[in-house]
Amino acid sequence: MEALAHVNYWAAIALAMIGLYAIIAPSNLIKKLIGLGMFQSAIFLIYITAGKVEGGTAPIIDAAYEVYSNPLPHVLILTAIVVAVSTLAVGLALTVAIKRAYGTVEEDEIVEQDRR
Amino acid sequence: MIATHLPALQVALPLIAAPLCILLRRDRYAWAFTTLVCWGLLAVAALLLDRVMSEGPISYRLGGWAPPIGIEYRLDGVNAFVLLILAGTAALMMPYARQSVEREVAPERRHLFYAMFLLALTGLLGIVATGDAFNVYVFLEISSLASYVLIAQGRRRQALAASFQYLILGTIGASLILVGIGFLYAKTGTLNIADLGVRVHALGEAPAILAAFAFITVGVLIKLALFPFHVWLPNAYAYAPSMVSAFLAATATKVGAYLLLRFVFTVFGAPFAFGTLPLKEILLSLSLVAVLAGSLAAVFQTDLKRLLAFSSIGQIGYLGVGIGLASVTGVTGALVHVFNHALMKGGLFLAAGTIAYRLGTTDLSALNGLGRRMPFTMAAVVIGGLGLVGVPVTSGFVSKWYLVQGAFEEGLWPAALFVLLGSLIALAYVGRLVEAAYFRAAPADAEPVREAPWAMQLSTWALIAGSLYFGLHTELTVGIAERAAAALLGAP
Repeated sequence: MEALAHVNYWAAIALAMIGLYAIIAPSNLIKKLIGLGMFQSAIFLIYITAGKVEGGTAPIIDAAYEVYSNPLPHVLILTAIVVAVSTLAVGLALTVAIKRAYGTVEEDEIVEQDRR
Repeated sequence: MIATHLPALQVALPLIAAPLCILLRRDRYAWAFTTLVCWGLLAVAALLLDRVMSEGPISYRLGGWAPPIGIEYRLDGVNAFVLLILAGTAALMMPYARQSVEREVAPERRHLFYAMFLLALTGLLGIVATGDAFNVYVFLEISSLASYVLIAQGRRRQALAASFQYLILGTIGASLILVGIGFLYAKTGTLNIADLGVRVHALGEAPAILAAFAFITVGVLIKLALFPFHVWLPNAYAYAPSMVSAFLAATATKVGAYLLLRFVFTVFGAPFAFGTLPLKEILLSLSLVAVLAGSLAAVFQTDLKRLLAFSSIGQIGYLGVGIGLASVTGVTGALVHVFNHALMKGGLFLAAGTIAYRLGTTDLSALNGLGRRMPFTMAAVVIGGLGLVGVPVTSGFVSKWYLVQGAFEEGLWPAALFVLLGSLIALAYVGRLVEAAYFRAAPADAEPVREAPWAMQLSTWALIAGSLYFGLHTELTVGIAERAAAALLGAP
């Protein structure tokens, strides 16, 4: 039952691996970016899970509560999400430019065109 | 008053200057403004290094919050030295930038180019200055995102594909560092690097710490482009605009080396990394393969910029050897090589850029007979190349001297042998350049070429002359590096 206690982590690891696979396997650049997004999100989930304190409530000081969840991971991940969005934006902008220059977003066709 | 805020100024100045560059719109104004900022940064870095050397480490509290809860900028001999390298190369390259960028970047994008350049510099300076692990990640991504954009500005379309490849690998690398920092935080409850060092030590061999170490090391190695994580580097450097190739080759991988030093020695500690875990064996074997494979691949390139890029992979191997030796001499060698290689490779990429400026190509066949037609540029290439080989009098000799000496101290004579073998191979690829430029005649139908503009010469020669100067006057670099290495290793 120990494994079940860490179900959040297992889910995050599974997501990260699916994301990594989606970066490596497809030839389509958009799909790679989707995989990259999944990989990053999975890591964010690890942080959020680690920040949860069992029985803790939202970290707003109130006389009725004594246990609070750790708010710091949320703040960190808020920053990391901004970074991930920027990365995705740059990646998509590059994909648009690649489509204009090569007429395709398939990696193998790009490699093929460059070889010629 | 301002003196106490210098550490923050080092990072905030280019960050504030970048959007101002966009507002300036005219590319000449943006260039002049960026030049001013870069020289200002160099002055700040020099003042900081001077203070660290005379008064010891500086701790700066961002927003006045006390560490370890508040964010701290902590400057010791290591990062003050690297800050000087970053600001110095940026400042010296700025005279070169105007004409090179005018030739290679579309007019409507030039002021944006300088804004991106400043952002990349912000990120690199931030990684080095900060004493907060999460800050490292954020600054790493700032510099990386700006470099992806800068690389994509190359004139040929391959630049776009190279930039995309770098984006994917760079993001994976940064994400791995992020996981590692997350594990460290979950286990210790702190993000302050100095504080982490104390608490990680107390935890010993907890599995989460082992995992954090693995994640961070692999992530940093991707950013450092140490073999076998180097695949993104050759294309990115070969197709980027000349100015960007030179700047990234001189700075980005050096920051990777700094991060490796900082995490391995300050956070995890040498006994953990080299005693509990086999980092020494891993790092040394990867680095020695990098030295050989990178240099060998450079011999067979047909394009000057690609040749220099592969040579960089070999030279990064030398940095890895120095760090892997984990002795004061080895780390001194690595730090000195960070400095020297920034000068040499920066100067060489700038020289390649001036050749591209005049000839429109950096293909090796275009170099035939160029020794007579562009004597100053080719002389710079030869001196820089001899530095890569490690010929005495050049600064490359100094760093290799310390690496070989460090290897012998540890009784690792095969490592010393590999370092020397790498130099021999470097002689082969530098020899190819010399042969083409001086011993082959220019094609009969070659168009007359003039020597490059003086401003571009100035930057190139400033870096190359620096590499000669610091080959003869080693007290400054070696003196600082030795103290920094001793501090990192906790030696008295």
